[in-house]
Amino acid sequence: MGASPAKASQWSGKLHPRRDEVEAAQVLLAGALTAHNFDEAICFAVRLALEEALVNAFRHGNRDDPTKHALVDWSITDDEVTIQVTDQGSGFDPGSVPDPTAEENLEIPSGRGIMLMRAYMTEVEHLAPGNMVRLVYRRKQS
Amino acid sequence: MSKEQSQLRVTDLDGVTRFEFVDRDILDEASIRSIGEEMLTRIEAAAKPRVVITFQNVEHLSSAALGTLITVSSAVKKKGGQLCLSDIKPSILEVFRITKLNRVFTIHPTAAEAVKSLA
Repeated sequence: MGASPAKASQWSGKLHPRRDEVEAAQVLLAGALTAHNFDEAICFAVRLALEEALVNAFRHGNRDDPTKHALVDWSITDDEVTIQVTDQGSGFDPGSVPDPTAEENLEIPSGRGIMLMRAYMTEVEHLAPGNMVRLVYRRKQS
Repeated sequence: MSKEQSQLRVTDLDGVTRFEFVDRDILDEASIRSIGEEMLTRIEAAAKPRVVITFQNVEHLSSAALGTLITVSSAVKKKGGQLCLSDIKPSILEVFRITKLNRVFTIHPTAAEAVKSLA
């Protein structure tokens, strides 16, 4: 029989579009990742993905309404990080975002958040009706 | 001449304007907007801007910061100027590679090399 699975670190909270709230959550996340032995590169990747998910939630989901919040839930084990961000908007179609790396879009200032999340995480899933994104990072088996 | 604000250190030397980020994290949208406005004001004031943006202190940045850099780059090009980036840490350079913005910006290892390339 293998070793029993490591206990998951879990957190859930409501974040408003205020830097102090986002920064406090990022500090908690970094601490949990470090406690589960994720290295600096993974911490950078997960932090960036959460940052982009929150920017999308506040700007596109909640339409920059400072009274609205994003609900953030995460669960972290030694092998996997799962973060869910839910905004108070009506949702959007991620397929409608043009490829920012296409030659004709390279100099357009916006539209890189989803791409960065997809590049750094193992899975990025937008859940119906489109106001919820689930980010998963799975540790690569050596 | 050097002027320090909360998020950006600006130095003009031999006709080259050097912008240096003061903070480690370029994430806050209001700060990014303010940084962009400061850069654009300087660029608009120059006849043919020659600009180096150095990332020596930067450890994290968001896609919003990339968007501001693109806006600044467009403003420099519009005035027939030149823009280079420098001192980008490997983790941040990877963000430029993923987004293919390493093809949009000229990136030098150090600010000295960037300034020299604009001479």
